[in-house]
Amino acid sequence: MLVKQLSVFMENRPGRLYKLTHALGKEGIDFVTLSIADTKDFGIVRFIARDNERAYEILKNEGFTVGITELIGVEVDDKPNALAEVIALIEAANINIEYLYSFVLTNHNSAKILMRVEDTDRALKILTEKGIKLLSEKIL
Amino acid sequence: MMFSPEIETIDRKALREMQLERLKYIVRYAYENVPLYRRRFDEIGLKPEHIRTLKDIELIPYTTKDDLRDNYPYGMFAVPMKKIIRLHASSGTTGKPVVGGYTRRDLDNWSTCIARILMMAGATDEDIFHVAFGYGLFTGGFGLHYGVEKLGATVVPVSSGNTERQLMLMKDFGATALIATPSYAMYLAETAKSKGMLKDLKLRLVCMGAEASTAEMHESLQKLFGALPTENYGLTEVGGPGVSGECREKAGMHINEDMFYPEIVDMEHNRVLGEGELGEMVITTLTKEGMPVLRYRTKDITSITYEPCRCGRTLARMSRVVGRTDDMLIIRGVNVFPSQIESVLMGMDELGKMYEIVVDRVNYMDTIEVRVEVDDASLLTDYSKLEALVAKIRHNLRVVLQLDVKVKLVEPFSIRRTEGKVKRVIDLRKK
Repeated sequence: MLVKQLSVFMENRPGRLYKLTHALGKEGIDFVTLSIADTKDFGIVRFIARDNERAYEILKNEGFTVGITELIGVEVDDKPNALAEVIALIEAANINIEYLYSFVLTNHNSAKILMRVEDTDRALKILTEKGIKLLSEKIL
Repeated sequence: MMFSPEIETIDRKALREMQLERLKYIVRYAYENVPLYRRRFDEIGLKPEHIRTLKDIELIPYTTKDDLRDNYPYGMFAVPMKKIIRLHASSGTTGKPVVGGYTRRDLDNWSTCIARILMMAGATDEDIFHVAFGYGLFTGGFGLHYGVEKLGATVVPVSSGNTERQLMLMKDFGATALIATPSYAMYLAETAKSKGMLKDLKLRLVCMGAEASTAEMHESLQKLFGALPTENYGLTEVGGPGVSGECREKAGMHINEDMFYPEIVDMEHNRVLGEGELGEMVITTLTKEGMPVLRYRTKDITSITYEPCRCGRTLARMSRVVGRTDDMLIIRGVNVFPSQIESVLMGMDELGKMYEIVVDRVNYMDTIEVRVEVDDASLLTDYSKLEALVAKIRHNLRVVLQLDVKVKLVEPFSIRRTEGKVKRVIDLRKK
């Protein structure tokens, strides 16, 4: 019930993001999600590709440092407070959310949330018990 | 004005007689009290009595920084610890520092050397010395401190850091002399200028050491502070600052030859060079009790002249150090060996093997940045892991170097490879 995300180390200087996106684009790899956390010197580019495994191989061969991280994905109604309700469940259990981002897919009328938490197993258990709809790789 | 006129203007023939007598004494003393020297001498069948002339010093094997490191911490001491009343240390080529031990007489001689150097730079007992060298294991702070006291001038032991406060104290205490590294002196001058404080300062002397200065720095300091900048020289291995210093003629640094016997050596051909020839400075301590050192290879490249100086001194003069025969870097007065950085980085399993060291000078202050390639994907699960890694590298480098180093994580293959080999150090200070 987890979603695989690729994480790439990237220096914060011109041309780097192009190099990554182009490396995948020219091989016909499509991004489903893309998120960048940055600081002054470096950042981590996080994304899910249509074909994660191929994307991983391509970037490896291009010399990027690339890792695979498993995230919890949930689907919430696209309406106010829906996200807050999910977060409340996790926080009530004292589980830290390390990072989180959201995306929508066309022809879906729900919002998709991806999150990395401190204790993935426990968070999954809580969300399942409360009947939160979890995303699997297939939906993407 | 001279602190020890009888030595500083000594007839060179009389000086050589004094040096020979002291050399014979110190060679026997080292042979009898320091196991390393006994072993080295015995290996080649050399006996202290074989030293009959000054030239015979060439029979003695060199002492290197590695010898001092291998005998860390007290193996080079010639007296029991009871007689050692002070320790200092500076960076070694890897993790362990080089230690110096001083007897009461060593400290007294050291202060004398410093007092001479300050006086030849123009200081008197009426000066107020602002000492901006770090106080601690570094020989600079305490070395200069006690020299100023011996001179009878006033010492303000400010130590390093907090530039604005330093300027306030220089102004309020009426400092007439500044002791600092050349780069910090420049930084103080530029900061004073930008704060409009230059007119409030009464500096007339700037005594610089711990790193080499350039003619341009001297010129700028003279202009900004309206003070006479001079440079002095020394190294922890032979006791610290006080080996030599510039007089007001600024025509080379007068060597305290009654305490230190200098040679200039062409190491490639193992040949002692003559007057005016550039080579590596080799120093033998003539009076040290705690840690006598014979023919220490300083790795500093300089030359010597024996011509009497216009100031009236007959002590030999060495030129400013023009370079090194090894890869040592001097960063804000601290000696840094690339091998120290390498040993820290290679000791961390989470790091790749590719790194480079970039040295630069920003606003007259040396900066050092270590760039390390990130090739461990497990660091990417969480941003804080990368931040923690940077903090850990910085911490580990600080422990070994005693210096704050900027650490930058870079992408794999972003460090230039030239023919499979990496140029580890990029020194942008060299123009």
